[in-house]
Amino acid sequence: MTDTEPFNEMLGSDGEPRAPYKALADWFSGMTPAEMRRKSREAETIFRRLGITFAVYGTSEATERLIPFDIVPRVLAAAEWRRISAGIDQRVRALNAFLHDIYHRQEIIRAGRIPADLVVQNEAFLPEMIGFTPPRKVYAHIIGTDLVRVGEDEFYVLEDNTRTPSGVSYMLENRETMMRMFPELFQQNRVAPIEHYPDLLRETLESVAPETCDAQDPTVCILTPGIYNSAYFEHAFLADSMGVELCEARDLFVEDGKVFMRTTRAPERVHVIYRRIDDAFLDPLTFRPDSMLGVPGLFDAYRAGNVTICNAPGTGIADDKAVYAYLPEIIEFYTGQKPILQNVPTWNCARDDDLAYVLDHLSDIVVKEVHGSGGYGMLIGPTASKRELAEFKRRLKANPSNYIAQPTLSLSACPTHVASGLAPRHVDLRPYVLVGDKVRITPGGLTRVALKKGSLVVNSSQGGGTKDTWVLED
Amino acid sequence: MLGRTAASLYWTSRYNERAENMARLLEVGYRIAMTPRLGQDHSDDWRSTLVSAGCDGAFFAKYDDPSKRAVVQHMLFDRDNPSSVRSCIEAARNNARSVRTAITGEMWESLNTTYLEFLDIRPQHMTDNKLPDFLAWIKQRSMLFRGAMLGTLMRDAGYHFSQFGAFIERTDNTARILDVKYWILLPDNEVIGGDLDRYQWTTILRSVSAHRSYRHAYRDAQVRPFNVAEFLILRKEMPRSIAYCYDWIAESAAALAVRYHDSPVSCDMAQGTLSLLEDTSMDRIFQGGLHEFLTDLIGRNNALGAQLAADYHFS
Repeated sequence: MTDTEPFNEMLGSDGEPRAPYKALADWFSGMTPAEMRRKSREAETIFRRLGITFAVYGTSEATERLIPFDIVPRVLAAAEWRRISAGIDQRVRALNAFLHDIYHRQEIIRAGRIPADLVVQNEAFLPEMIGFTPPRKVYAHIIGTDLVRVGEDEFYVLEDNTRTPSGVSYMLENRETMMRMFPELFQQNRVAPIEHYPDLLRETLESVAPETCDAQDPTVCILTPGIYNSAYFEHAFLADSMGVELCEARDLFVEDGKVFMRTTRAPERVHVIYRRIDDAFLDPLTFRPDSMLGVPGLFDAYRAGNVTICNAPGTGIADDKAVYAYLPEIIEFYTGQKPILQNVPTWNCARDDDLAYVLDHLSDIVVKEVHGSGGYGMLIGPTASKRELAEFKRRLKANPSNYIAQPTLSLSACPTHVASGLAPRHVDLRPYVLVGDKVRITPGGLTRVALKKGSLVVNSSQGGGTKDTWVLED
Repeated sequence: MLGRTAASLYWTSRYNERAENMARLLEVGYRIAMTPRLGQDHSDDWRSTLVSAGCDGAFFAKYDDPSKRAVVQHMLFDRDNPSSVRSCIEAARNNARSVRTAITGEMWESLNTTYLEFLDIRPQHMTDNKLPDFLAWIKQRSMLFRGAMLGTLMRDAGYHFSQFGAFIERTDNTARILDVKYWILLPDNEVIGGDLDRYQWTTILRSVSAHRSYRHAYRDAQVRPFNVAEFLILRKEMPRSIAYCYDWIAESAAALAVRYHDSPVSCDMAQGTLSLLEDTSMDRIFQGGLHEFLTDLIGRNNALGAQLAADYHFS
């Protein structure tokens, strides 16, 4: 761990509750431990009955689990949120401009601001997208920006999830559950509502319908890999709350360059697909011939401008961990402004100097796979055993360009319900951003919390939980 | 509506209905096993339970003898039996899960809770004294889903696909129960019917929860095989009779046809079978052969399910 105490979001340095937490601190101090335990169990029952589960890969038993829900909300003041929100807005505009550029004239490479190899040698770069312009020049429509806080005014962006960020259903259900269990809290605090997220999502998706689409109301659908996918609950939840069909690949087909759904009556034209499957599985004709998941001909229909795929194929390069290191450059290049939100300093192990530093300081830093996600395949130096460190050293030397490294950040902590009462636990934040005819950011987002004392890993697949996240209105 | 959604609604209801029927067949089998049989065990009775349930094929592929323990295990818990209660509950839930958007929260919660509670049941703990309560629980859970469906689902196409599935399954179940024991229902038996036959007739009624309602429908001290057959095939006030089921099937088929402004083949087939049931009598059925009648009916019922799938693009 780091030498200093982590920033405590509820208690200021004087031990008194910080302003946004005042009402909440009073409320929870009035609750007995027994009441808190009862409320916590009640919340769990609600989630289980509703079937709000996720699947954990690599376990045969109980493949559907609940993400633990913590009943103590995380609170952000209006001013804090304004800054975060401005920073995210700037970032997603820059990311979309970057995507458009690298699939067209590649000005940023010509200007020498980023190395060409970073793009063209990147696994996530999709040559099939070169020269194609999606409606409104938007590539990344649905983004989850992972943030961590280390001090009163210090936020860092950990990563920009521009492929198919998940978790938004937890954000919504967490709020529903809190409102059901603690209606009084919402009377005492002016909490910005988030329940309209599905409407915003549908507006966003409709706003990027193909320009050739003559329908008054474009038909939107969600494309899911199916019920065994870890985020299936969320796919169904979003389809239901937007009022659109939840399709598997076999429900869609392409004819005359257009996409249709197989319905109980005549086939129905589809204009916008919010896909929750990876690029590689979109279309077996263009990408993976062995894929059972794709829709043959989908990519051609897309390139013909007859259907919009959200997020666009080839968007993954924008959240590549090696590209991430260049985000400050990218933001400046396309917006002409300094980044509002900072990147975490990052060592790119493909560079010899960086690799040497990382190998020397392995026990102090965090190492991640360039294409990894979900907390799999990462090393947290300070808590790793000697054996793990040695093993990682071997892997790093064998394939350095597969890794990046970052300093161990002292993540802020929020009061969390544990066996002994309330105790601080480390948190991060994933706000959800929508980009279409305009940028729509839902106040708050999903707070993930590391439930184990001292742990910095908040991923649900690694024992993390979630909290309702409040943005207070002025 | 997606064709796959229609298919899943149909199958969710079918599997839910099947789980209940399996529990009821086991209840009856269990009851028979409690009655003394001179000089022999109950393996023949368990065998006919398996045949009624349509599980005999899967069973004998795995077990040698139909002991009570093996039959209970097979019909309740075996995953390699696609009609075991466990398989039905899982299939119903998986189908419902894939169409979460097309069913109500109440329907989903009832299935999901059944599934979660079933997960906690350990087959080795299912002792004789716990079995009756457990079977009653399965029936009630299934009825809860059906109640949630009837009470909350919009009366649109999805509702009719759901009804279709339930009544196709119920028809199949009732027809099989009758067919397995058809010979003891033949009129010749009535004269010579001994205690054992009478017992068997009551058993058939129990298999469809009709042993009490039969008494109200036929005010006669005797259970008569002719009446039992009539009650389960032609009497529309009996909610598990074939005629009752076809009333609903024809209604749902017609409602779907109206909704889709079409005259699909499945609608004609449903109406055809309903007319057949309405225009016949037990005398004529016995003349043509009860077994032949039931075999034909089971075939028509299966064909109708397949035609529905084709008419509405289930896959």
